[in-house]
Amino acid sequence: MDKALERILPRVQKPARYTGGEYNQILKDKSQVDLRLAFCFPDTYEIGMSNLGMSILYDTMNSLPFVWCERVFAPWGDMYAEMKKAGIPLYALESGDPVGDFDSLAFSIGYEMAYTTVLDMLDMAGIPLRTADRPNLLPLIWAGGTAAVNAEPMAPFLDLFVVGEGEEVDNELLTLLREAKLSGWSKHDFLVKAAQIQGVYVPSLYEVRYNADGTVASVTPQDGAPARVTKRIISDLDKVPFPTKPIVPSTEVVHDRVSLELFRGCPRGCRFCQAGHVYRPLRAKKPETLIRQGIESLENTGHEDVTLLSLSTSDYRQLPALCDGLLAYCEPHSIGLSLPSLRADNFSMEIMERLQKVRKSGLTFAVEGGSQRLRDAVNKNVTDEDVLHTCSIAFAGGWNTVKLYYMLGLPTETDEDILGIAEMANQILHCWRVNAKNKNRGVKITISTSCFIPKPQSPFQWEAQIPLEEYLRRVNLLRSAITARNVTYNWHDAETSLIEAVLSKGDRRVADAIEEVWRQGGRLDAWTDFFSFRRWMDAFQTCGVDVDFYAHREAGKDEILPWDHIDVGVRKAHLWHEREMCYESRLSPDCRHQCAACGAAKLLTGGIKCDER
Amino acid sequence: MSDKLRLRFEKTGRAVYISHLDLMHTMQRAFNRAGLPLKYSEGFNPHPQIAIALPLSVGTGSLCEIMDFKLKGEANLQELPERLTAVMPEGIRVLEAYEPQRKVAELKWLQVEGHFDYDERDPAEMAAALQKFYRQETIVITKKTKRGMGETDICPGIREIRFTPGEKKVDITAVLSAQEPTINPELLAEALRQLRPELAPDFAKFTRIETYDVGMQVYR
Repeated sequence: MDKALERILPRVQKPARYTGGEYNQILKDKSQVDLRLAFCFPDTYEIGMSNLGMSILYDTMNSLPFVWCERVFAPWGDMYAEMKKAGIPLYALESGDPVGDFDSLAFSIGYEMAYTTVLDMLDMAGIPLRTADRPNLLPLIWAGGTAAVNAEPMAPFLDLFVVGEGEEVDNELLTLLREAKLSGWSKHDFLVKAAQIQGVYVPSLYEVRYNADGTVASVTPQDGAPARVTKRIISDLDKVPFPTKPIVPSTEVVHDRVSLELFRGCPRGCRFCQAGHVYRPLRAKKPETLIRQGIESLENTGHEDVTLLSLSTSDYRQLPALCDGLLAYCEPHSIGLSLPSLRADNFSMEIMERLQKVRKSGLTFAVEGGSQRLRDAVNKNVTDEDVLHTCSIAFAGGWNTVKLYYMLGLPTETDEDILGIAEMANQILHCWRVNAKNKNRGVKITISTSCFIPKPQSPFQWEAQIPLEEYLRRVNLLRSAITARNVTYNWHDAETSLIEAVLSKGDRRVADAIEEVWRQGGRLDAWTDFFSFRRWMDAFQTCGVDVDFYAHREAGKDEILPWDHIDVGVRKAHLWHEREMCYESRLSPDCRHQCAACGAAKLLTGGIKCDER
Repeated sequence: MSDKLRLRFEKTGRAVYISHLDLMHTMQRAFNRAGLPLKYSEGFNPHPQIAIALPLSVGTGSLCEIMDFKLKGEANLQELPERLTAVMPEGIRVLEAYEPQRKVAELKWLQVEGHFDYDERDPAEMAAALQKFYRQETIVITKKTKRGMGETDICPGIREIRFTPGEKKVDITAVLSAQEPTINPELLAEALRQLRPELAPDFAKFTRIETYDVGMQVYR
């Protein structure tokens, strides 16, 4: 280990997150590989090591014998300061080698607030931030993740983006990069060729022009790049490799357990939800595959918990069969099976009872809207009756904690809708009085609200966010309506939501402000410990970024949106139709009852159909 | 007969940064991976039955860690070290597994090796001054105790100590009291920071070498 590093590690909090050496890490002989890849997660070790996508792609990229893919995370504040002081550059965990010496850096960007950390990690590695300032092929700096559905705010910094699921396209790209490196191609020649791979977006090959009013006038591809970059998906999830030997962190991380992904996509179509639209089409794994992968992963990690992931787990058709299969292994081995993101409407108490034998943790409902009308408008298919029915069973079964999540500022929301949230809390309280067996333990109902953020590639991508003051007015309205002692109200601060709205809906002109925030010391902005609203607002002003234009302006139907040239499968016309349905407060049926022909099925290959049984 | 078993293991290299609490989790998972699940305690909040004799400070290595545990099932003690080592993170190597004959309380002395780094000072000069400093009858330092800060004489806890000059460093071998009182080797540098700052090293690092009983017989 580097001597300078050895000296600082005893001084920082939780040093084990900076050392590597965990069980199942992948070590290779660096003299035997052609490409050294730094897989960078622009957040802390604890967050990054809990990310299933990171775990999957670490495995698939390392399956290439000519690539050694290593992990890199962002150091926490204390370690960051010590590294700066000691002159230690960003290094990769497996080898401890400086990232600046690698052939390529690949970032996994899951959320907008990670943007400044991407820049900071480049800087810590000694790499120029902008693609224009990196004339050579190597190091190639690229990114994937949900942020790629609107890559524009980060376009000047990344050489290319991968849109969609990376299991196949990442390896195609690395194979091309190896050829380029060994044959001595120029960066431009490589990028032009890479742009021909489906799912690869090379921002520098697209010229963006703007209208006088600030909207996008045109996006023109060059050098044969496709007019629209089509997202990549894995059609058959049963056939794609899944890491059953994931790294076992030697220190505590956020999700310290085996994660199984039941399906990708979501049949629900909540109109505010980006994930529900950009991860389509719906593809499920077979229960046999999941049970086998689950058992293998448990045996290879020694974890004592396994969790089932997906956008709405209870929509998995063979959930009972899957749970039975896993429990047959888990119960005799004292392994806990947990099931997040259950929905109130098809909530099965029997499953809950079976899964949570020891701990009776609280019930959580994402209700989102305070009235039936508003929930219909946003296509959140949950009724008051669903919530109350589930609560009554749960209270009778001994549960006594309920959490309800709402968004304030959804399109068409009125004060009446907001007051409906308080009314719901009262009804749940009443439900508890009627149904609870043992009232001595009391009940705790928690209401949380966050501020709606319009997201690209969702039906609300044209929407404006409500101004900060309006959000606070609505918070106060709700606050004064909640009177019961057993009901707690938490509201998410709207300042982060405002910045997120600008970054979500931003175009390339927002990039300067991101860099300016970083220059003023911004990093790890997803953490309240580091986020500074003032710093962002100052940077927007310095760089001439009009917050109202991006966050508070409703876009026109025919306007070219900055991300229109990224094709995630779902048609823009479908999204617009869904938006119109919102203003009529009309529900769209669940995909499973009636296919809405959203367009995502076109991405499937090999004769596979959307949501095939 | 008790079903208590004892493990001796090394914790070196990158593993020295795994904290005591994290090591317990790491051990638990390693036993699961080896197909040797630990026995859990009964009761409301079951936890695996493992106890590490002398918690190590983060950054200190060891060739002689002792951990007592109970297994759910039977195990071949001969094979156990190899099976466990195969599933350990880098830096943890299991040396032996056996039925303990002695109580942990009988462990009294720890032999440690380490070094003080001196980036700018002369190691020979430092070694001589250190030897002299640690020949004193009493060395009273302020240290955290169970009742807040208190004065402690560390000398009775130092059985042997030797300093040898090296390249930009002074090598140390010492025999320190493992418990009652516990003399953490880090206190050897701390005493200098408090009493003779001009001798305080730029960096100190230690490794536990061997465990002894009160009569300086090897403890197992």
